[in-house]
Amino acid sequence: MADLSSNFIGIKSPNPFWLASAPPTDKKYNVERAFEAGWGGVVWKTLGAEGPPIVNVNGPRYGAIWGADRRLLGLNNIELITDRPLEVNLREIKEVKRKWKDRALVISLMVPCEEDHWKAILKQIEDTEADGVELNFGCPHGMAERGMGSAVGQVPEYIEMVTRWVKQYSRMPCIVKLTPNVTSILPPAMAANRGGADAVSLINTIKSITNVDLDHFSPFPMIDGQGSHGGYCGPAVKPIALNMVGEIARHPDTRGLPISGIGGVTTWRDAAEFMAMGAGNVQVCTAAMTYGFKIVQEMISGLSQYLDEKQMSLNDLIGRAVPNFVEWQHLNLNYVTKAQIDQDLCISCGRCYAACEDTSHQAIAMSPDRVFTVKDDECVACNLCVDVCPVDNCITMRELPKGAVDPRTGKVVGDFADWTTHPNNPMAQAAE
Amino acid sequence: MTNSPLTPGIVPGRLPAEAYRQNFADHEPALDRHEARVAADRCYFCHDAPCITACPTSIDIPLFIRQIATGTPEAAATTIWSQNILGGICARVCPTETLCEEACVREAAEGKPVEIGRLQRYATDVAMAKGLHPFTRAPATGKRIAVVGAGPAGLACAHRLAMHGHDVVVLERRPKAGGLNEYGIASYKATGGFAQKEVDWLLQIGGIEIRTGVELGRDVTLPQLEAEYDAVFLGIGLAGVNALRAAGEDLAGVRNAVDFIAELRQAADVSTLPVGRDVVVIGGGMTAVDAAVQSKLLGAENVSIVYRRGQEKMSASGYEQEHAAQAGVRIIHNAAPVRVLGNGKAEAVEFAYTQEGPSGLTLSAETFTLKADQVFKAIGQTLTGAPGTLPVAGGKIAGGSGKVWVGGDCAAGGEDLTVTAVAEGRDAAEAIHIQLMAL
Repeated sequence: MADLSSNFIGIKSPNPFWLASAPPTDKKYNVERAFEAGWGGVVWKTLGAEGPPIVNVNGPRYGAIWGADRRLLGLNNIELITDRPLEVNLREIKEVKRKWKDRALVISLMVPCEEDHWKAILKQIEDTEADGVELNFGCPHGMAERGMGSAVGQVPEYIEMVTRWVKQYSRMPCIVKLTPNVTSILPPAMAANRGGADAVSLINTIKSITNVDLDHFSPFPMIDGQGSHGGYCGPAVKPIALNMVGEIARHPDTRGLPISGIGGVTTWRDAAEFMAMGAGNVQVCTAAMTYGFKIVQEMISGLSQYLDEKQMSLNDLIGRAVPNFVEWQHLNLNYVTKAQIDQDLCISCGRCYAACEDTSHQAIAMSPDRVFTVKDDECVACNLCVDVCPVDNCITMRELPKGAVDPRTGKVVGDFADWTTHPNNPMAQAAE
Repeated sequence: MTNSPLTPGIVPGRLPAEAYRQNFADHEPALDRHEARVAADRCYFCHDAPCITACPTSIDIPLFIRQIATGTPEAAATTIWSQNILGGICARVCPTETLCEEACVREAAEGKPVEIGRLQRYATDVAMAKGLHPFTRAPATGKRIAVVGAGPAGLACAHRLAMHGHDVVVLERRPKAGGLNEYGIASYKATGGFAQKEVDWLLQIGGIEIRTGVELGRDVTLPQLEAEYDAVFLGIGLAGVNALRAAGEDLAGVRNAVDFIAELRQAADVSTLPVGRDVVVIGGGMTAVDAAVQSKLLGAENVSIVYRRGQEKMSASGYEQEHAAQAGVRIIHNAAPVRVLGNGKAEAVEFAYTQEGPSGLTLSAETFTLKADQVFKAIGQTLTGAPGTLPVAGGKIAGGSGKVWVGGDCAAGGEDLTVTAVAEGRDAAEAIHIQLMAL
């Protein structure tokens, strides 16, 4: 069994699976249940400044979208940071950390953008013996309207400024949690880097409305006939998160900045993908909120089996896909593939045909007895048929070998050549 | 209760009252809303879906299932009824495992088709419970059409004709409309008087008058109908029953399975129905299964179906055969009755083993005898009462002529299924409409 023990910016945990700052980490009771289930660490739900606690709505906090069989694919929430008194949280954090020394315990923080506030909260948490802090610059609802959360994360100068304060007033490792509600994730990541952050974590939730109640004509979750936007998370946001993680991992200015990957991690496979894209560990919330803490057991066994089968260590996995994450212009235009349908696996549903015929390249033939075959002279290898086929591996892409003739274009498959040298590209550099 | 399954002879009340209630309850209960959503989620929404092709009425199955999945079973019912106005009963009695569900690609994928029949029942039940009848009549055409037989073919034909604005008179020889839906289907497949409810629902379209107790050939002739109406549709079914052609067929205790099934369906209290202790059903189709299973459910101790050919030749579907086996019915293949034994009343049946050869089925010299105080003949129905002016081929009316159309079990072509009868009745209505309106 592969060694999953993790060292993320000096914070050690028995595995790279942490629970993200969220409802599951709001109090001792939940966190201890998580640790008992096997989670490697938690980021305690965001603490605010001392004073009267935050209040939450007293109606629904969550909205959702579902896939087949009502599988939860996306969740949004309008819950705010912890609504429990600061001293209660601090006491419980200290108790938990003392009891669970081998687990990572990071405290999420969100206070107004004033130096004194940050100085004060950092001093207050010092005594807890927590392993680090995570700056919540991501929450896009409720707190953002008060100048905190994503309101900070959307202004790189603020990120840099607050990160500097934190590094100045605390010895703790500092993770800056980024909001995806920006045009590019790079300026915020660079700002955190400049400010001295030990790591960034992303993504926080995405501003969203999951659905509209068609009887009351209100966004959902609906509070007394009205709704506001929430923060979206769960499997549906994973593609957005993977891209943002990868962008930070590969950019020259942020390369090497440790990343805690967040966004729809539901299985060991999702976690492995985030780590291959550059994340040093992952944080999970929606999957735990959907299925309970026990899922970590599958994540542990799955990642372990995968690493064993690949004969890789956890560190070998981290960032392994980053060199292969390139911009479009560098993709090999002489890589030619054709879809092929395994007739033994085909169940003749015809979805590939409908998709190709109605919406794509008319490259699949249908016989009167429902045999579906690819027309190589029409197939552009778009992959839509693969994506809509209900049977795993029934339709696959076959690579044409170098020297073969593509029946669609009549051209011989040649050596690597990308857009930068393509004759149709007005900016192409002629080879010397 | 004085009788039990062990009481000799043909007697009623073999079981406690509670057993009758359980035995004749809905044998495949309706899906609830959650179950329907889960089942609907499994549909792949195939292109040019094989299930549609496999359905004799060509219901757009992927569309109606998608309508269920998106929370509009009422729209799903409209999709179903647009093709099959008796979609409710068909959902209950169709051998879906040899039709739409056999064609379902998930049958190929994992051996578990989408539960199309049960989903169809869900949609039609929901819509009927809401009192929806999503069809209206076109402006009156002034044309009058006689439909002979209020079975599935006749009812489907009548409804479609009424929709097109024609006035329809349905003549039915039995006391109630519904045909085999009312008289020929096992009780546990259409509980709660569903067949009559569906007829009443169908008649909401208006413009249809049903006259029961009127038999073609006895009370009215085809020439009379042709003279009185603009068109005639014959959906008279197969009213005759094949004889055993075995000695002892006339002994007491030997009867037609279809009569037994009809009696069961019309009984207010099935515990009053007598049934034998040792029942033998001769045949290999749905009627044989329905008679055998219900004999068992009425408390018979031993029930056997004996079929003269091999298992693969049985016209009862695999699902039906399994249902019979589960009910405790023994199915014996490759044996044909030689004689019914008994002194005044049936006591046993002697069978000879059969062999399939190049010259057909032959009886071997070896025989066996089954105890039988009750014997049901279920070896097929035959056409009777067909007007002599119409051509008959292969035991069926080979087609209409002039003002006369035919459909359902009495007509050549297609399987003898409710759903096929509905398709033929509907299509005949469209043909009549086109002809009458010179479209």
